Amino acid sequence: MSKGLRHVVVVGAGPAGLAAARAAAEAGARVTLLDAADGLGGQYWRHLPAARPAGREHVLHHRWSTFGELSGALRANPAVTVVESAQVWSLERPDGGIRLNVLVGEPDAVGRAVLVLEPDALVLATGAHDRTLPFPGWQLPGVYSAGAAQALAKGERVAVGRRVVVAGAGPFLLPVASALLWTGATVVGVHEAAGPGALARGWLSRPWELAGAAGKAGELAGYVGELARHRVPWRPGEAVVAAHGDGQVEAVTIARLDERWAPVAGTERQVEADAVCVSHGFTPRLELAVAAGCALSPSRFVVVDDAQATSVPGVWAAGEITGIGGADAALAEGAVAGTAAAGGDLGVVRVAVRARARARGFAARIEAAHGVRGGWVRWLRDDTVVCRCEETTYGRVREVVELTGSHETRSVKLTSRAGLGPCQARMCGRTLQELLGDAPGGDSDAGGTAPGVDRRPLVVPVRLGDLASLPSTSASTSP
Amino acid sequence: MIERVDVAADVVIVGAGIVGAACARALARAGARVTVLDRVAAASATSAHGEGNLLVSDKGPGPELELAKVSLRRWAHLADELADELGPLFPSIEHEAKGGLVVVTSADGLDGLRGFAEAQRAAGVEAVEVTAEQARELEPDLAPGVVGAVYYPQDAQVQPVAAAEALLASARRAGAVVRTEVEVTGPLLGDGGRLTGVATTRGEVSAGAVVVAAGPWSAEVAERLGARIAVRPRRGMVLVTTPMRQRVRHKVYDGDYFAATQSAGAELQTSAVIESTRGGTVLIGSSREQVGFDDRLSTQVLAQLARRAVAVFPFLARTNVMRSYLGFRPYMPDHLPVIGPDPALPGLWFATGHEGAGVGLAPATGDLLAAGMLGLAAAVDPRPYAVDRPTLRPRVAHGEALA
Repeated sequence: MSKGLRHVVVVGAGPAGLAAARAAAEAGARVTLLDAADGLGGQYWRHLPAARPAGREHVLHHRWSTFGELSGALRANPAVTVVESAQVWSLERPDGGIRLNVLVGEPDAVGRAVLVLEPDALVLATGAHDRTLPFPGWQLPGVYSAGAAQALAKGERVAVGRRVVVAGAGPFLLPVASALLWTGATVVGVHEAAGPGALARGWLSRPWELAGAAGKAGELAGYVGELARHRVPWRPGEAVVAAHGDGQVEAVTIARLDERWAPVAGTERQVEADAVCVSHGFTPRLELAVAAGCALSPSRFVVVDDAQATSVPGVWAAGEITGIGGADAALAEGAVAGTAAAGGDLGVVRVAVRARARARGFAARIEAAHGVRGGWVRWLRDDTVVCRCEETTYGRVREVVELTGSHETRSVKLTSRAGLGPCQARMCGRTLQELLGDAPGGDSDAGGTAPGVDRRPLVVPVRLGDLASLPSTSASTSP
Repeated sequence: MIERVDVAADVVIVGAGIVGAACARALARAGARVTVLDRVAAASATSAHGEGNLLVSDKGPGPELELAKVSLRRWAHLADELADELGPLFPSIEHEAKGGLVVVTSADGLDGLRGFAEAQRAAGVEAVEVTAEQARELEPDLAPGVVGAVYYPQDAQVQPVAAAEALLASARRAGAVVRTEVEVTGPLLGDGGRLTGVATTRGEVSAGAVVVAAGPWSAEVAERLGARIAVRPRRGMVLVTTPMRQRVRHKVYDGDYFAATQSAGAELQTSAVIESTRGGTVLIGSSREQVGFDDRLSTQVLAQLARRAVAVFPFLARTNVMRSYLGFRPYMPDHLPVIGPDPALPGLWFATGHEGAGVGLAPATGDLLAAGMLGLAAAVDPRPYAVDRPTLRPRVAHGEALA
């Protein structure tokens, strides 16, 4: 019966993907929802597996009831197929269409099931991972990305340390500190790189607009109150500029930053800690969007129109890959994208369209207040590792640029080895581009719209044996 | 002769890939004032998307082999010369004379390989026939089905981006200027229609001669300058595994590689060329397709490369591929590079059309071009690489008619 329906594939089951899948199904489409994890919810609603449920998920998770409602609606809808542990490893563009190549099963399993989808419409909701700027000592055990720390807290109820310093930039630091408190850790302090000036410009301008984002503001206010109750200091205009320890973090150096995030000499102080959680914002997961050929903005997000349509016919995008706006924006964008992808009437989701406008304003404030400023490179030393996979140092990158005269990221990657390791520059790609743009006389493509370091035709590593056993088709590889 | 003095005074090279870099170095060291232009960046296109093969094993007797023999000897010297000149901190070009091992899995294949190696030996190539057991001593993880092999000790490898950057750095030390993000838009023409430089997106650059070394984009550059060259793109895809303990010691490939390089067919052709890099990764290349500048991923190509690689080294089935990349090689209809002056447009020279062998042939190409431009003695006979050679003539005649 479903054969004749429009087939919408949604990649990613975080807030944006869940909302998109439900909206597409409600607009009459047959929906396949794919996610690499073994459960729905994405990073935002990461939780204990169903086999060992917890009674307090609602405490750790905002909008837990929204999650329950969305996932319940999807599971109950016969037009929706949810495929978990589904890794989309590549996207092809046969003439006039999109083909997703998917492997289903545990990531390390041999002989995963092959799934090939050629949908009528594709909604990309692949989200973002948190970005960590390098600093001396950041490769020591005990240094975590804030996202990893939060995932351990939410998904495993494990605290990363007993005395934990949280540092970086953006409102995301607050829920991370909160999750750490709930797992029993002592949070020594939360150090926000943005100074009072940037915070005021980002958050206090046009305050009447914030009234519309009351839910989000209330969520943040709740976190701030929680930190205050636990006597956790929140310090704007500060950063962790070094971690110290013998084989494990034992202390960190905290310094005051100027407006451009350069450390102010003489303000350094050491603080004892056995773990540091760091996040300086988010990097969108653009692999599939780039493979599909979607246009990117100069700030390197997927460009979408009012219906969340990308520049590629048949491909819509929602959530953090279109701009870092948080769960409210993602839910609203997902609803719009799913409806549009299914060919539905956007009038039906007027509420979501309005919510999206408010959420986008909120996202712009986050960028204005907390966006990375170039002065951070001043806390690097020549021996600071920039690429952890290949252990390439900042000094080596500068040396290679000086010797070759080449500022182009690809060349510097291949001559310095930064970004060539197993993570394929997911960790250091943006950093490398910023460093090269920062090099004297250099032209940077960091702000350009070319895919650059975000082009990864293999979205995730795939076993050679899995590739070798792909079924042969008679499809011609020539036009 | 007077013309040659002008040439020596000023040469513009279009393209800062490995071939343009080698030409720049050869010309600058011979006293020419060289400016290299690239519309993107140094070593960012074809040179950054191949494997860095320095091969004699895949070449039958003929002009390409002659150029390769000279060029591979030049690379061995260059590795030391460049390291001495540029110092220990400069990224290593990773020259490694690791040798090639061509394996076959059938009696027919073995006959074909033997015949090929015999002809190569007569042309001065070291091609040592080895038994299956000896092959397994060279490569312990070979598939059980391998029935015989030929070992080519002259085959070698460089890291092509580092090599191109090193050649450019050396050229700069000899006075060359490298300008990136400068795109050629048209010709500057002097008396009698002679090419006297190029118009670019960043102003005009006058020159006594212009060298087009733009790889697969050479036809487009030539057209902008008012000339024709029959170079076309041929696509190749490469797989890269995650780093591991090295288990592949040589460049190892199956005998089908020959069929692929010798064929002009447009259909997909793959043959596994498997080798380790210093970084611990294993490179698996390379497919050959004529699909224009289409850069869309094809899982069919990935799957074929994977199947061939696993057929040679079964252990690879369990390894993870972390990256794939594709590049466009400059392909000539008669499989020979073009190195020399354009007969129709005075002042225009070409150094292009090396297909997948540009990294290997770059040093000899630079020397041959410099010798031709400056009137010096050449190490090889330049005539087989001429723009108006018989095997290209119909197309050249067509170009003249249009020019």
